[in-house]
Amino acid sequence: MKKVYSDIIQIAGDVITVEAEDVGYREIAEVRTAHGTSLAQVIRLEGKRVSLQVLSGSRGVSTNDKIRFLRRPLQVSCSDNLLGRVFTGSGQPRDNGPDLTDNMIDLGGPSVNPAKRVIPKNMIRTGIPMIDIFNSLVESQKLPIFSVAGEPYNELLARIAMQAEVDMIILGGMGLKYDDYLFFRDTLEEHGALSHSILFIHTASDPTVECLFVPDMCLAVAEKFALQGKKVLVLLTDMTNFADSLKEIAITMEQIPSNRGYPGDLYSQLAARYEKAVDFRGAGSITILAVTTMPGDDVTHPVPDNTGYITEGQFYLRGGHIEPFGSLSRLKQQVNGKTRSDHRAIMDRMIQLFADYREALEKRSMGFEMSSWDNKLLEYGRRFETELMALSVNIPLEKALDRGWQILSDIFDSTEIGMKESLVKEYWPAKVGSAE
Amino acid sequence: MSEKIRKGSVFGVNGNMVTVNFDEHVMQNEVAYIIVGNERLKAEVIRVRGKNAELQLFEDSVGVKIGMPVEFTANLLSVDLGPGLLGSVVDGLQNPLYPLAEKFGFFLKRGAYMDVLNYENEWEFTPGVKAGIKVRSGDMLGTVPENMFKHRIMVPFNLSDEYTVASVAAKGKYKIKDEIAVIKDAAGKEHRVTMVQMWPIKVPIKAYAQKLKPVDPLITKIRIIDTLVPVCVGGTFCTPGPFGAGKTVLQHLLSRHAEVDVVVIAACGERAGEVVELLEEFPELIDPRTQRSLMERTIIICNTSSMPVAARESSVYTAVTLAEYYRQMGLNVLLLADSTSRWAQAMREMSGRLEEIPGEEAFPAYLESRIASFYERAGLVQLRDGTIGSVTIGGTVSPAGGNFEEPVTQATLKVVGAFHGLSRDRANARKYPSIDPLESWSKYTSFIEDDKVNLGRDILRRSSDVERMMKVIGEEGTSMDEFVDYLKGEFFDDVYLQQNAFDKIDEATTVERQKYVLERIESVLDKKFDFEKKDEARGFFQRLRQDFITWNAMAIDSEEFKAKEQDIKQRIG
Repeated sequence: MKKVYSDIIQIAGDVITVEAEDVGYREIAEVRTAHGTSLAQVIRLEGKRVSLQVLSGSRGVSTNDKIRFLRRPLQVSCSDNLLGRVFTGSGQPRDNGPDLTDNMIDLGGPSVNPAKRVIPKNMIRTGIPMIDIFNSLVESQKLPIFSVAGEPYNELLARIAMQAEVDMIILGGMGLKYDDYLFFRDTLEEHGALSHSILFIHTASDPTVECLFVPDMCLAVAEKFALQGKKVLVLLTDMTNFADSLKEIAITMEQIPSNRGYPGDLYSQLAARYEKAVDFRGAGSITILAVTTMPGDDVTHPVPDNTGYITEGQFYLRGGHIEPFGSLSRLKQQVNGKTRSDHRAIMDRMIQLFADYREALEKRSMGFEMSSWDNKLLEYGRRFETELMALSVNIPLEKALDRGWQILSDIFDSTEIGMKESLVKEYWPAKVGSAE
Repeated sequence: MSEKIRKGSVFGVNGNMVTVNFDEHVMQNEVAYIIVGNERLKAEVIRVRGKNAELQLFEDSVGVKIGMPVEFTANLLSVDLGPGLLGSVVDGLQNPLYPLAEKFGFFLKRGAYMDVLNYENEWEFTPGVKAGIKVRSGDMLGTVPENMFKHRIMVPFNLSDEYTVASVAAKGKYKIKDEIAVIKDAAGKEHRVTMVQMWPIKVPIKAYAQKLKPVDPLITKIRIIDTLVPVCVGGTFCTPGPFGAGKTVLQHLLSRHAEVDVVVIAACGERAGEVVELLEEFPELIDPRTQRSLMERTIIICNTSSMPVAARESSVYTAVTLAEYYRQMGLNVLLLADSTSRWAQAMREMSGRLEEIPGEEAFPAYLESRIASFYERAGLVQLRDGTIGSVTIGGTVSPAGGNFEEPVTQATLKVVGAFHGLSRDRANARKYPSIDPLESWSKYTSFIEDDKVNLGRDILRRSSDVERMMKVIGEEGTSMDEFVDYLKGEFFDDVYLQQNAFDKIDEATTVERQKYVLERIESVLDKKFDFEKKDEARGFFQRLRQDFITWNAMAIDSEEFKAKEQDIKQRIG
């Protein structure tokens, strides 16, 4: 018998408190109001007082509305029927398709036993030299794209999704502009990828609490498919909105804030999601790419800061390109030793030279005398920016490495660049038309 | 022990904090189990108010209901100590992860606890004492071989008086729960001793004669550490750095190359992927000193970021207790904790739930004392039989925003002997290890002579001064001498302080090689050069750098090493 309660004793923010018995922590309840029915989740128990966050918000909830506890945690349907479909943050259809209730699975399951993980070893090729050469993306990696409003981060996310060789794409949109949602849907459709994609979309106009469940929905479904042997790519945008929703609920619950109003468990909350990225021993994998916009372009803001400590590197998207400095793929060493013998050396040296180029630029802007070395660096930097760094460049890794050697040899003498002699011997391009 | 189980019932749930109404009495920090259907969830009492005890739950609290029964155990949170710990991979509560995976599959099952020690294995026991002699806690009764060590079976640490050995088992094979000795206290009461004992993790083991001052350098084979900011056997050091600066890579290098007997790694609230690297690599890597797999000298405590937060807090204590246990056998143990900030954050989360008055950045007021008492568990000790053992502790710190002014870094700096500060600028420029040579410090002494260390430091300081100057007045504003100093500093940094962690040879440099190479480098730093033009000077150092980098990747006993050395000598002139 599911008892119905109707004495709400407190409504604050999106959290309602009711007196009830025999309620489990994080259990789901149904709140019936004059404006419709919404799910709510138990977030605190104190004697008889049960506090719930209402997924569709507390607006219009009346103190005598009916609450029915469902005796289960929040769940999502998970089967092949989800493919090609679009859902809200609470798992309701957003397209015109039918409601799915088959094979329901719990959200936020236990963490993977580290002993059941394997070292990731497959590179995901993107055709973007700034990623493929300098910060290779690896299957099962969790990687955020740090960016600021106005940058083409969603375009970058979509492009990587289209070019990556994966079995499935799961997109989680949090606080997404409606246009951006349509952009993703149309891009997936144009490339014929919608049939192996699942979308969980919370738009900016949807209730805040729903935003909290988008990553959990995406990852619970991803986990099921990965266990069936699928390579799943999960795209999340924008995790800063997720963190802001956490903050909103925490403040409502009168939790003591730790840093700029964010709750003390922000790190654990983010980690619980990102750590779902996994390469299962003997099954599939989950790779997570997540956009994190940095308020005020400040990487020390709690959201990007905590994220950086959790994820396996980060891409900075700034000025329309992936920044060579700060961008890092921690797993690149797992794969870039097996691609081509010059990969690591090119990667290291070209970035160091690019750093020197930036210094030379600074020197020039201060009006200092340019040495001949500085002039070479300026030429190098210019070519690096146009031929490798621009996001419009779309070439496979090997071509990109060759291009790197070409730029180096056009500008520098082979003894100037500080590379191991054996590599120089093997890859230094012959000077065209200079000798004979 | 035999007292009847005290009970209580759940009264409130807030995240991983559970409030419990208790019937009789409770003990602060005792372990309790919350009974959810057929699951028994482990928790620890952390505050008592009236008839309510507040417990931190080591598990996810989903489905916990008001009124559910709770059992109090009268035991503090403890670990099992005995032969078979080396090579184990456990979570923060010492549950072995591989057996768990075998039994429960891909996921960590809530409420599933297993013993780390194997009660069926037999160990070859050799008695070390005879009946009739007097012993105290920590004294050896006999040994069993564990990998390359003689694992001492000791008088349990919790026995405080003097005892007389009544009997000792004969040489032979025993299981760890078998009686291997009986000892009698002054009143004539007998105590059975087995190979296994329990110890509460938050209490330091003090069964030694005296604590000594650490003096000998701990050889890490990382040049910048050994030469400029050394660590001592029995000392402490911390490695704060922003994300992406290479903290974990540095710790992995230390765990592989440091010259110690046992390494305990506490992966505390960090990425699971990094632990997996250790798990897969260590059994394959051979320790050059013992010719055995690195895993045989390593214990990994792994409570990664998505595992329950309260167990994260206990994982560092579990680690240090295991380290102290092996120290009691006269071994040198290195404990690497990555990252102590996650541990501090776990305290902060709990403190927030307890609604304690927050200190700086909402960390609890007791943060500093907890950090201090943790690092104080390091040390060089003389055991009662005269042998020396040590625990060296190195902790990483992950400061919010990479800003070292934050509370965890500051509290740590007060209590450690060496500070290896990682810099984001160096990491961005791919200069690894990204330890800032000018900011970092050490109170310990290197095996490199002082005057050489000072020469290196002077050059670095001058070089950085000139570099700063050049930013204002340009290269043309510097004299040739200043410019050469700048190049020398860069050169020293590039070819000596930086090390390529992914090169088989360059990743670890022995003491002999460090001394040898440094000699050659100092001949450059000391030399007065006459260059006509700055471009000429730059070109000279660029070529020299190329030579040294190539040289660094050559085996010291190889022909090519000698050949390259001749080239270098010629180039220096």
